Amino acid sequence: MADEIKIGAYICQGCGIGDRLDTAKLAQVAQRDAKANVVKEHEFLCSAEGVKMIQDDIDNEGVNRVAICACSRRAKTDAFNFENVAITRGNLREGVIWVRPDTDEARETTQDMADDYVRMAVVEAKFQKPPQGDQNTQYTPNILIVGGGVSGMTAAVEAARAGYQCSIVEKTGALGGAAANAWKRIPQHAPYADPEDTGVAELVAAVEGSDKITVHLNATLTKTSGAPGRFSADITTESGSTTTENFGAIIQASGYTEYDANKLPELGYGKSPNVVTQAELDAMAKEANGGPLKTQDGKDVNSVVFVQCAGQRSEQKGHLPYCSGHCCLTSIKQAMYFKDQNPDIDTNVIYSDLRTPGAGGEDFYRSGQRKGVTFTKGQVNEVVAGGDGLEVKFKDLILNEDAVEKADLVVLATGQVANSGVDIEAVVKIEVEDEEGGGEATEEKEVKVEIPVDSILSLDYRQGPDLPQLKYGFNDSHFICFPYETRRTGIYTTGPVRRPMDMQQAIEDATGAALKAIQAVENAAKGRAAHPRSGDLSFPSFRREGCTQCKRCTVECPFGAIDEDEERYPLFNEERCRRCGTCMGACPVRVISFENYSVDTVGQQLKIVDIPDEFEEKPRILALACENDAYPALDMAAMNRVEYSAFVRVIPVRCLGSVNLIWITDALNSGYDGVVLMGCQKGENYQCHFVKGSEMAHERMSKVDATLQSLSLEPERITTHEVAITDIERAPQLINEMAETIEKIGMSPFKF
Amino acid sequence: MADIIATNETILVVGGGISGMTAAIEAAECGKQVILVEKNPAVGGRVSQLYKYFPKLCHPSCGLEINLRRLKANKNLRLLTMTEVTEVSGEPGNYSVTLKTAPRYVNENCTACGACAEVVDAEFDSEHNYGLSKRKGAYLPNLMAFPQRYVLDPRIIGTPDATKAKEACKYDAIDLDMQEESHTLTVGAIVWATGWKPYDANKIQPYGYDRIANVITSVEFERMMDPHGPTGGKLLRPSDGKEAKDIAFIQCAGSRDRNYLKHCSRICCMASLKQTTYVREQYGDEGKSSVYYIDIRAIDRIDDFYQKVQADETVTFIKSKVAKIEEDKETGNPVLHGVNTEGYHRYATPHDLVVLAIGMEPSVPAGDFPIKVSVNENGFIEQDEANGAIFAAGCSADALDVNRAVQNATASALRAIQVVNQVAGTEG
Repeated sequence: MADEIKIGAYICQGCGIGDRLDTAKLAQVAQRDAKANVVKEHEFLCSAEGVKMIQDDIDNEGVNRVAICACSRRAKTDAFNFENVAITRGNLREGVIWVRPDTDEARETTQDMADDYVRMAVVEAKFQKPPQGDQNTQYTPNILIVGGGVSGMTAAVEAARAGYQCSIVEKTGALGGAAANAWKRIPQHAPYADPEDTGVAELVAAVEGSDKITVHLNATLTKTSGAPGRFSADITTESGSTTTENFGAIIQASGYTEYDANKLPELGYGKSPNVVTQAELDAMAKEANGGPLKTQDGKDVNSVVFVQCAGQRSEQKGHLPYCSGHCCLTSIKQAMYFKDQNPDIDTNVIYSDLRTPGAGGEDFYRSGQRKGVTFTKGQVNEVVAGGDGLEVKFKDLILNEDAVEKADLVVLATGQVANSGVDIEAVVKIEVEDEEGGGEATEEKEVKVEIPVDSILSLDYRQGPDLPQLKYGFNDSHFICFPYETRRTGIYTTGPVRRPMDMQQAIEDATGAALKAIQAVENAAKGRAAHPRSGDLSFPSFRREGCTQCKRCTVECPFGAIDEDEERYPLFNEERCRRCGTCMGACPVRVISFENYSVDTVGQQLKIVDIPDEFEEKPRILALACENDAYPALDMAAMNRVEYSAFVRVIPVRCLGSVNLIWITDALNSGYDGVVLMGCQKGENYQCHFVKGSEMAHERMSKVDATLQSLSLEPERITTHEVAITDIERAPQLINEMAETIEKIGMSPFKF
Repeated sequence: MADIIATNETILVVGGGISGMTAAIEAAECGKQVILVEKNPAVGGRVSQLYKYFPKLCHPSCGLEINLRRLKANKNLRLLTMTEVTEVSGEPGNYSVTLKTAPRYVNENCTACGACAEVVDAEFDSEHNYGLSKRKGAYLPNLMAFPQRYVLDPRIIGTPDATKAKEACKYDAIDLDMQEESHTLTVGAIVWATGWKPYDANKIQPYGYDRIANVITSVEFERMMDPHGPTGGKLLRPSDGKEAKDIAFIQCAGSRDRNYLKHCSRICCMASLKQTTYVREQYGDEGKSSVYYIDIRAIDRIDDFYQKVQADETVTFIKSKVAKIEEDKETGNPVLHGVNTEGYHRYATPHDLVVLAIGMEPSVPAGDFPIKVSVNENGFIEQDEANGAIFAAGCSADALDVNRAVQNATASALRAIQVVNQVAGTEG
């Protein structure tokens, strides 16, 4: 009895729906055409009374599929929020009456539109199941942290304070990381006037004093498998002994390596011992332990020049193209090491843009000025060892002339290079080309430059051992609003491996990463999806007997969620899955589905649309719109009463990457005259939160020409667009353009 | 309101901009009970008024849509709009908080059909458009507004407009008798995310914002690019409505200056670089952008955006703090006076339009916090143990860009979780 599908269709007459549409006819359509079991109209469906009517049917009539035919799925979500049933929405307000003129001529086509949306909502409900979630009873809440520097230790301490057990795996023999070699740090508290204690000793004490934190020194990860809630990690020590432990989430705080200053001979590094990097100067200061800093040959230092952006912000080969963010403040801090000792020591910071942001940054800069640190806008070209010291040759950008400054010591502000392990995307690309065969493989191989790098995480994922890199080797998120949006669910990077940063930012970042790890653990325990489809309880399953082992799903999953089992069938790791449906879109034999999103939930909708015969001159356009950008854009167009063609039927999709070609061929075969696909921006600045969904859809659609040809259809009948959420005018226009195209080239011959 | 349930395991988040939304959603997605209060009728904050983000040039409403979906789906999170915190007392794990909710005059029956707005005549400056356009006395704050529910401006209450609005509503959603409400709750920890406001440009007298029509602020410039904004997505001069093609951007307008804000507001350099791309987007090679700057602070890996803009021949960089702006009465052109410090050249350069890269000032003045918190000279909340379980997030902690504000808000959410977990541990 519980398994019996009982569909309730509820048709709202409010907001003008009842005035503009024949809702009795809509009810009839729901019952007769779409086979809803219970059909009711209501003059104000989202009212307490309307909602109660539906809830009563769920409670008393056994309705377990609810089709709300009212406003957009984005509206009134608080009212239409029923537990344990599948809910679909027929968009009669934003999707129909708000985008159609209220005229006699338009009435019939507007009603047709509404009829179809009712049919679609009911049939979608029929093919959905309320997701049950995957209650993972075996999960572990412990958190694995890779790297024992400031970022890693902070993440551990903060997660432990929230009650979670943590293990730190540190490659070296001691905690502390890069900061352990520093004398002081940039101040993190008002008045931001003086360098302050690094806080490393305190942090190490907090780690060692916590009964919730275990530390593995001289250890690395040699194999990591599993998924959020059930990661299994082999922790191997230098001596070769390996222990295997289970974790719920992973934080990668593998830090940075200082840029190799040997690549900067023009700046005197390696030629004079008195040309040092910032890290070396800090080590010297630590060694001096508050005493005066001397040159390498033991002489007093009377003048120091700090060369900013040494090998950074430069397009020169071998240099870093980016800014490392902390170096301006670090140089000010280091100039103070001298000034605080002896105000007569000359300290000159030669910079192109002094970058001391925020309240603390600017205060610290001013403090440096007060202490007599000199700042010169200039471009250093060369550092040469002279008779009695060093000569810094630079272009003074204010006086617009070449200048020379003598110095006893020169400090190079070299940048941070991320310790991000293996660049998996380069590797994976090659592999795919190989497997698909064809003539392109050789070309791809030439591009491949393999520099042996130790993996940080040693993931046994199908898609490679480390996290994908975003840019310049950093494992950052691609999204401004979501700095922790990771491409491997439950694994978060933090600190300078994610993005160049100073210690204060690293501490904030690590605290945030600790929250995300905790969240991943809690989500995994309940079978909930992580961002951006937070809370989604559905997950993909596949029909093994139909699978041809083509591996498209395992290759194309943007999150590396699918491995292959021993028999080379796809092995879904639900907790890694983000529910985008890219695998479903990729599957040529259509064996992959979600409980609430499948080839049928969309395919049956497009099939139930009434296709008038050729002579009625009512074409049909199918629009598949990304639910995050294009669909809201159409909603907002409706709020502005932007009109668009009555011939379109819009279906929101999780991602354009989930669009299976069968939907396109089914639509064409059943007589649609055009198909419009709307996804996010693709390419380098891609907007797709499922990474390559839009790009893959464009790619796949570029290959449907053959299908079109076999059906003797014009290629213009399918268009694929990148649509932003702000395209409130453009999205309707794209639909109208398709309507115009059809008017030009004529109706599809495939109408029955 | 009567059904708000809060305990000392509840986290209160104050402010529904991107930082507050982030803190609230992240904590709720960890399974914590959260109350999010927002002073305005809708969440979204300042980022919802931006056209694009740097450096990706993507649209803030995309992220807002995702966050709204997360918020709608989460049963642990309770949102209260038009609500402010008036009193806070107590200690970590046990704060007593008084919330004051202003009357919206529209209840949850509202379907956002818009019938009320159609019949109301009174118009007021649009807050969403920084007063560059008008909105009705019954209004939806913006197209993305959540809750998607209309608001009656209190200024129409008692006027015939209010009665007309009420009569136009078929759903009994308008309640003209709605009163201010006050509630006292117990919460365990507080995330303070009240954000920032643009520095008052009138205070920078040499730049003549109050006198010269064609001197505007960077936040107003953002609204101009909105296709549904006050100028329909065109860059128009306020003085004569002509297209502004030669645009000057003045950096550190109010920032890094002891007379105004002594801190660096961090976002303005990248924001102006981004805005030069708007000029290109509209006019291609015909447009002209001039950036008057002290230092270009395109910090860390996004420095490549600066390099890209530098390569654009329509963009010129002038290292100079502009001394003053005068108006050419005949043309309406603002004329910039100052010295280009690279080579020390004096200039007096006219432009079509001047955009002040306006500084970021904390929204809540130092003396106005309902409980004693440690605030630095710049007005930002310091991270200080003396603050107990009150944690600043986003721009109430420092001048931050969106990415860093979200990072900081996520960290603050964890700090709040630590407190309520401790409460749960000791009580459970």
